[in-house]
Amino acid sequence: MLKVPVTSDDHIQGDQKAPAVLVEYGDYECPHCGHAYPIIKSVQKHFGNRLAFVFRNFPLSQMHPNAEPAAEAAEFADGHKRFWEMHDGIFENQENLGVPLLLELAEELKLSAPDLQTALNGHEYAPRVRNDFLGGVRSGVNGTPTFFINGHRHDGPFEFEDLVAAITGRLS
Amino acid sequence: MTQLLQPGTAAPDFALPVTPDQKLSLRELRGRPVILVFYPSDWSPVCGDELGVFNEILPEFAKFNAELLGISVDGSWCHDAFAKDRHLHFPLLADFEPKGAVAKKYGAYREADGFCERALFLIDAKGVIRWSYCSPVAVNPGADGVLAALESLGK
Repeated sequence: MLKVPVTSDDHIQGDQKAPAVLVEYGDYECPHCGHAYPIIKSVQKHFGNRLAFVFRNFPLSQMHPNAEPAAEAAEFADGHKRFWEMHDGIFENQENLGVPLLLELAEELKLSAPDLQTALNGHEYAPRVRNDFLGGVRSGVNGTPTFFINGHRHDGPFEFEDLVAAITGRLS
Repeated sequence: MTQLLQPGTAAPDFALPVTPDQKLSLRELRGRPVILVFYPSDWSPVCGDELGVFNEILPEFAKFNAELLGISVDGSWCHDAFAKDRHLHFPLLADFEPKGAVAKKYGAYREADGFCERALFLIDAKGVIRWSYCSPVAVNPGADGVLAALESLGK
């Protein structure tokens, strides 16, 4: 079960009070999360305003050295209300993930690349990322991506049909 | 399926290869909590699997002065390559010969498959099992249960 309730501090697309809330614990360098990225877009389209989507950080840094800087960069963008643009930009360019890409994405969003570099160097957003991570551990996140639907962990495949069926099950 | 050893049981001692030329025994770790993670096999295809998650939360286990040990029936050279590939920073023990002998003692061996269950044990500083959990083999258990058990150790 999800131990950390969804609040306005979360990165959320849609209404927090929607009948279905899908939470993803994800890692920007994880290929399975990259695979899930367009699927979630389709799932969101399918359910419309009946579904809210929340993304929380779960970087597995030992395996994915770029996951932590990517997560911190998305949090940096959040400070300028551009979280989702950065989130999408990273997943859409996952094969080129690295600090140069993050700086480039920041510039595309009219954010200061030097400021991002400074924030990454000083790990300014690391506490937020770690907080997400530890909350995930407490909720039983067991790899990436891990999904929760209305607080219940979704075990098993996460193709479009699987997620739609699981969410539909929680709606009724 | 055999029954996992339950809380209150003295943890059976063992000495297993931790590298191709070195053994580690449970007794050596007396005085601090030990987390035993039995798992089916190295090279799980799942990205960021159970061991990957445990690896990331080593700093949390360190707060409890707890030692984390992974155990499977894979040989020590296999463990060595796997740990290097996944950047694992905790020992992997080879329950290789006689195959699964330690897992059997803990009730965490799948005879029909020839590998370990996905089972977790928390052993206290005195060598007594304080918590155990067996997960369906296809489901990674995550670390929430063992962290909660570690927290309740002192209580």
